[in-house]
Amino acid sequence: MTPVAGIEQLAESYDLVVVGAGPAGLSAAARAAGLGLTVLLADENPAPGGQIYRAITTTPVKDRAILGEDYWRGAEIVARFERSQASYAARCTVWSLGPDEASPGSFELGLSVDGKARMIGARQVILATGAQERPFPIPGWTLPGVMTAGAAQIALKGAGIVPAGRTVIAGCGPLLYLLASQLAAARCEIVAVLDTTPRANWPKALAALPDFLRSPYLAKGLKLMAATRRKLRFVSNVTSLSAKGEGTLRQVGFEQGERQGAIACDTLLLHQGVIPSVNFSNAAGCAHAFDEEQHAWVPRVDAWLASSVPGIAIAGDGAGIGGAESAALRGEIAAFGAASRLGKLSEAERDRQAAPIRAALMRLLHGRRFLDLLYRPAPQFLAPPQDETIICRCEEVTAGQVRDAAARLGVTGPNQMKAFLRCGMGPCQGRLCGPTVVELIAQTRGTTPAEVGYYRLRPPVKPVTLAELAALPQTEAAVKAVVR
Amino acid sequence: MFRPIAEAREGAAGTARLSFTFDGKPLTGRSGDTVAAALLANGIVACRETPVSDTPRAPYCLMGVCFDCLVVIDGIGNRQGCLVPLAEGMRIETQHGRRHLAEVGQ
Ligand SMILES: Cc1cc2nc3c(=O)[nH]c(=O)nc-3n(C[C@H](O)[C@@H](O)[C@H](O)COP(=O)(O)OP(=O)(O)OC[C@H]3O[C@@H](n4cnc5c(N)ncnc54)[C@H](O)[C@@H]3O)c2cc1C
Ligand code: FES
Repeated sequence: MTPVAGIEQLAESYDLVVVGAGPAGLSAAARAAGLGLTVLLADENPAPGGQIYRAITTTPVKDRAILGEDYWRGAEIVARFERSQASYAARCTVWSLGPDEASPGSFELGLSVDGKARMIGARQVILATGAQERPFPIPGWTLPGVMTAGAAQIALKGAGIVPAGRTVIAGCGPLLYLLASQLAAARCEIVAVLDTTPRANWPKALAALPDFLRSPYLAKGLKLMAATRRKLRFVSNVTSLSAKGEGTLRQVGFEQGERQGAIACDTLLLHQGVIPSVNFSNAAGCAHAFDEEQHAWVPRVDAWLASSVPGIAIAGDGAGIGGAESAALRGEIAAFGAASRLGKLSEAERDRQAAPIRAALMRLLHGRRFLDLLYRPAPQFLAPPQDETIICRCEEVTAGQVRDAAARLGVTGPNQMKAFLRCGMGPCQGRLCGPTVVELIAQTRGTTPAEVGYYRLRPPVKPVTLAELAALPQTEAAVKAVVR
Repeated sequence: MFRPIAEAREGAAGTARLSFTFDGKPLTGRSGDTVAAALLANGIVACRETPVSDTPRAPYCLMGVCFDCLVVIDGIGNRQGCLVPLAEGMRIETQHGRRHLAEVGQ
């Protein structure tokens, strides 16, 4: 691996640019470099690992029991990448991706390192930008002291810090148990876990149980669940949540059917599962579809994880949630696809080499449906019933405003909603309000998220300063386009 | 508010300290931390005020998604604290609301 220290060290162009250094991107880049491609792996974080293996090479957490064996397995993936011939740019945000007009069939990407921007070329691109936590808007979720559960995990892995006072974890999903157990192992004072898994999910999930029983996750998951439930105070069937406090969090209120409760706390960690982060693939023009079972927008990809835009593949959780091990395998498959499209590998050879990886992937994804169906969030957490709940944290748009615009003004889709209410126009560019806006419109108009559609996003995918843009070397054509 | 786990405490191996200021107040953070993590570890409750209602906010996702960690670093606004590594001598300030034209170029 060749580290790229500054933006000026990047080559003019690469055979393949991989965005994201999680298990998917690391595996894709290592495999592609092994197949003889010139590869750049760019990631905005200071160190490789992505979400699951975050800070694996730099973490101050040395007691291996705290983060668990699955975490430390990431060291192998990073080591394999380090042995490869790929280039690696850390702290490098990729903010645009589009066709290279000067060279048809190739791409132009916009990258920034340390406040300096640069455009580079790529013949193939693999987006391995991963997942984000599903938005979980409850009254008071913008109060300091309320965070995502993943944020607490990131703070633990990256900086060796845990919430200092009384901590409550609320939500549902397989990761919730893992996060709770890691924080507990790090001696965070978890006073309660408020479990919002809807009881009504069980009948549907049970139908998918036979497959799950044969999945490699079963034993691991059951052990973790049992241990966490034994150690911590669990409150099941929670149907409503609110965060309270002046200026900072003081208390979390909850309902369990008819019963109401309140718990004094300093930190509230929210988690409602993870969804693919689609901002990049959406802005790059890749087609997406609404996956009913994962209840999220997912890019359309083929067997080689190629998107609808020729030359762009999407690997890992960004192409649908499958977990870390499957992300790594999907990275490999995407690399085989890219190498074969570049003529470095015959199709027969590609198929032969990828076959065992594909078989392993099938085994891993077996049983995923059970988890998706069981941990599908309750409707009131996807679309908050209280009108005053903020849903767009950037522009402070409330659920009531969106419902009103959908019902009274007849706004049918999120793009129009943006124009009316500015939701999705703030710096996060709809990352946190998008799924909720879609849900609210669907509920109000009695239709489905698939019918409502999603934001149409544009580059830059992440904000870049005007100074960075202005300092970019301009082509003659670009100058002519604006100079009169 | 956050606190370091035993093995990341001051004095533990691999925990070089960096000096920085937040709104002028001198603080220290662990080398390797992001700006947002260093603020949380120092008990900073909020790091920005929203442009719409001037309400205080603190880092929410720590992974580059929510932009609630926006701060002013060495005079440059709108920096995502959760993605910027802490550096020696950094001047970090609360980002107050919207930027006004009068501030531009200051
Ligand atoms: C907060 C959080 C915590 C999680 N924790 C666990 C866990 O402990 N265990 C587990 O099994 N699963 C966990 N997951 C699920 C997770 O998605 C894993 O399955 C796995 O990390 C997915 O790997 P990936 O390679 O697809 O993406 P990721 O590991 O998410 O990696 C994506 C990478 O892309 C980078 N990136 C994104 N956009 C850009 C851009 N524009 N420019 C440059 N870089 C960019 C990010 O910095 C990140 O490093 C977690 C998910 C989240 C959201
Ligand atoms: S805390 Fe969410 S973007 Fe930094």
